[in-house]
Amino acid sequence: MTILDDPGQGGSREPGAGGGAEPGDQPTEGLAFDPRHFGIAPDEPWPDDVPRGQDDSHWRFEHDPGRARIAELRIAACWIVSLLASIGIAVVYVTGAQNQASGILWALAFLGIGVGLILWARDLLPGHDVIASRGRHDASDEGNRWAVAESFARGLEPIARRPFLFKLLGAVGGVFGIAALFPLASLGPRPDRNLYHTKWGRGVRAVTEDGRPLRPSDLPVNGILTVFPEGGMEDALAPTLLINLGDAPFEIPPSRTNWNIGGIVAFSKICTHAGCPAGLYNVQTHQLVCPCHQSTFDVLEDCKPVFGPAPRSLPQLPITTDTEGYIVARSDYTQPVGPGFWNRG
Amino acid sequence: MSTTQERADTQKRFTLAKKGFDEADDRFASSRWFVSVLDKIFPDHWSFMVGEIALDSLILLILTGVYLTFFFIPNSRDVVYAPTAGHVYAPLVGQHMSEAYQSVLNISFNVRFGLLMRQAHHWAALVFLAAVVFHLCRIFFTGAFRKPRETNWIIGLTLWMIVMLEGFTGYSLPDDLLSGTGIRVIYSVLEGIPFVGTWITYDLWGGRYPGTTFITRLFIVHEFIFPALIVGLLSAHLMILWRQKHTDFPGPGKTETNIRGSRVWPQYAMKAGGLAMIVSGVIFALAGLVQINPVWIYGPYTPYTVSTGSTPDWYVAWLDGAVRLWPHWEFRSFGHEIANPFFPGLLIPGVVFTLMYLWPVVDRKIYNDHERHNLLDRPRDKPFRTGVGVAAIVFFADLTLATGDDILSNNLHIPFERILEVLQYGVVIGPVAGFLIAYKACKALQRTDAHPIRHPVGGMIVRAADGSYHTLGEAHAPHAGEDGYVEVEKAEEHAEEHAEGR
Repeated sequence: MTILDDPGQGGSREPGAGGGAEPGDQPTEGLAFDPRHFGIAPDEPWPDDVPRGQDDSHWRFEHDPGRARIAELRIAACWIVSLLASIGIAVVYVTGAQNQASGILWALAFLGIGVGLILWARDLLPGHDVIASRGRHDASDEGNRWAVAESFARGLEPIARRPFLFKLLGAVGGVFGIAALFPLASLGPRPDRNLYHTKWGRGVRAVTEDGRPLRPSDLPVNGILTVFPEGGMEDALAPTLLINLGDAPFEIPPSRTNWNIGGIVAFSKICTHAGCPAGLYNVQTHQLVCPCHQSTFDVLEDCKPVFGPAPRSLPQLPITTDTEGYIVARSDYTQPVGPGFWNRG
Repeated sequence: MSTTQERADTQKRFTLAKKGFDEADDRFASSRWFVSVLDKIFPDHWSFMVGEIALDSLILLILTGVYLTFFFIPNSRDVVYAPTAGHVYAPLVGQHMSEAYQSVLNISFNVRFGLLMRQAHHWAALVFLAAVVFHLCRIFFTGAFRKPRETNWIIGLTLWMIVMLEGFTGYSLPDDLLSGTGIRVIYSVLEGIPFVGTWITYDLWGGRYPGTTFITRLFIVHEFIFPALIVGLLSAHLMILWRQKHTDFPGPGKTETNIRGSRVWPQYAMKAGGLAMIVSGVIFALAGLVQINPVWIYGPYTPYTVSTGSTPDWYVAWLDGAVRLWPHWEFRSFGHEIANPFFPGLLIPGVVFTLMYLWPVVDRKIYNDHERHNLLDRPRDKPFRTGVGVAAIVFFADLTLATGDDILSNNLHIPFERILEVLQYGVVIGPVAGFLIAYKACKALQRTDAHPIRHPVGGMIVRAADGSYHTLGEAHAPHAGEDGYVEVEKAEEHAEEHAEGR
């Protein structure tokens, strides 16, 4: 802190302000105002809370040439590290840009410059610890406030004198604003029946990821497999889990008694919570867990949600076998698959 | 007085600088403005540098981001991974993937310094958001949002919201398995919006999920729309800061109408430049040494696969945590429904942000304080506000923990059901407890650490006008309580009465 309690003491080393003269009172010759600016306009009185006679031209090792020299060398060393690291970057690039070596060299190049700059400012440069006025940016005086009010009102009055035009402009602006939103509607189609349907349908074969149709014998007891409607791999709502429950007793509403093939049941893989694939199957408990938000479904109980945020059961896909013995759907899902939406109902 | 010779020497020293600035002044009449810029004072406190760390990492984000755009192909067209030149990531050879994902693999394996720039970009985003959140907390707890700085509070919150979304869109672009999962969840959240959800998702995705246009559109949002908003709002943020001047903590010699610190030139400029370099250095060290978002391990996205431990980047984790903790409720009637993910995914953040936007108004009412402030509060002096801030931190922390429930479960060998239940209670009880503890702690700190300046206690020796010395606690102590401590509250009440009386 170089604020001087007594402005007479020490004073400023700036020419033109020595001998106890106060900066701000007496501008340096040829300058419009004090070169060491304290946020005080030339026509403003000196505020009480800005000490006079502040001297910010000092720096840390000003009176210690030995330590100043060491500081200089230290800064130079930092920058030489950067210099060498920069050369290293070129070398590493040419030899294949190994990632760890590159990272270290880039880091050193940056850090050397940065640390050097900060040491320079701290040890060898002036401008520390100054108290200045916040100036007049806080608020304007009443006169100016009236002036702006008057300027604005002077323009507004003749506008307000024709309320019809004024209101019409508002209405037109509003209607045009809505019209101008129509280009956005071209971004996508209207929500359509795709919301409610998938590529499954009567007689559509269930195929594996690589397009192979399946027979019930392909799925061992406790086996689980993700299947897709043949030709409908791109349908993100269609992925379905085939699970072979074997002899495990599973409950299914009476209306769906012919929706399974023996112990093989098919449920939507798309979580009814947020649409992730609910694919973690615990064979012991016959539960499906969605890895995204831990919704848990009990396969033995019609895939009812038993834990987590999922609000609904996973929809069941009715399946049977076709004349060649391959697993096919009896129909599409009978309710919308996946997370809820407003019109789902 | 100086001699004529000294004056001439001085003028000679400045001749070169004057020539330079003359060129500018001839055109912009800029000299007075330059003086105010070069001689501007910035207060010195380490916590004021954190906003600057955010700025520095943003600059790094822009530079590395522009570099990445030269290589990234924002296209979801299906390709089979078979690079013809350079390094090949063997485990993925022959796999179907989007062109976008393939281009990210190419950046990572075939572009020299590509992986470094990608990782620097991602690390810079994490550092950026950390700095933003710390900066926000600093502003809140010290009351820096009070008049006249409410505008910057609102701009700052808006920036926070946009940079979170910018981060999310950024890590969603590579179209790897993890990012695709995040997009799927966001689709579900948006689809659940009452009335317009399906319209919004069909417009954004160009049809039903996943569609073929989304990566391209996301790219425009991430590379142009959000950056333009961020740069625009940040410019306003900084111009307002510059105009209003920085706040400062109370301290010796500091008043509401002065400012104490370092000159912009050369002190602050050098230090700020140095800090920017150091921030960049640390980020590049991380980029080189600490792997981040290894998309080649996650694999390409498909709608039917997902991995356990799928968590978003830390700064949006609280949203995913809310989605995990919200109970299995959704509302159905009259053939319509409000879907489950809408509540935690949009409604809760909507309420949280509304409260934060309104906080300067609430704060003004609570403390009946309509004055302008340039000096900051110490958090302990405003126990209620500090309590609310701590409650908010506990709230966010609980939600953030929830997003790692499966990872916690795996590492702690506790079933994830129990962890989620504890966190569900925690998200309600935790903030209340946090508020009470912080409130009590502030009160206690006030007593044990009464302000030496504002509320001096015994032990401070002062010199009176007549030249005599005495101990403040004895002769002229302000009202001390029964326990001998200064009643800070009373003193504050007294100050408030005084303010009202005026």
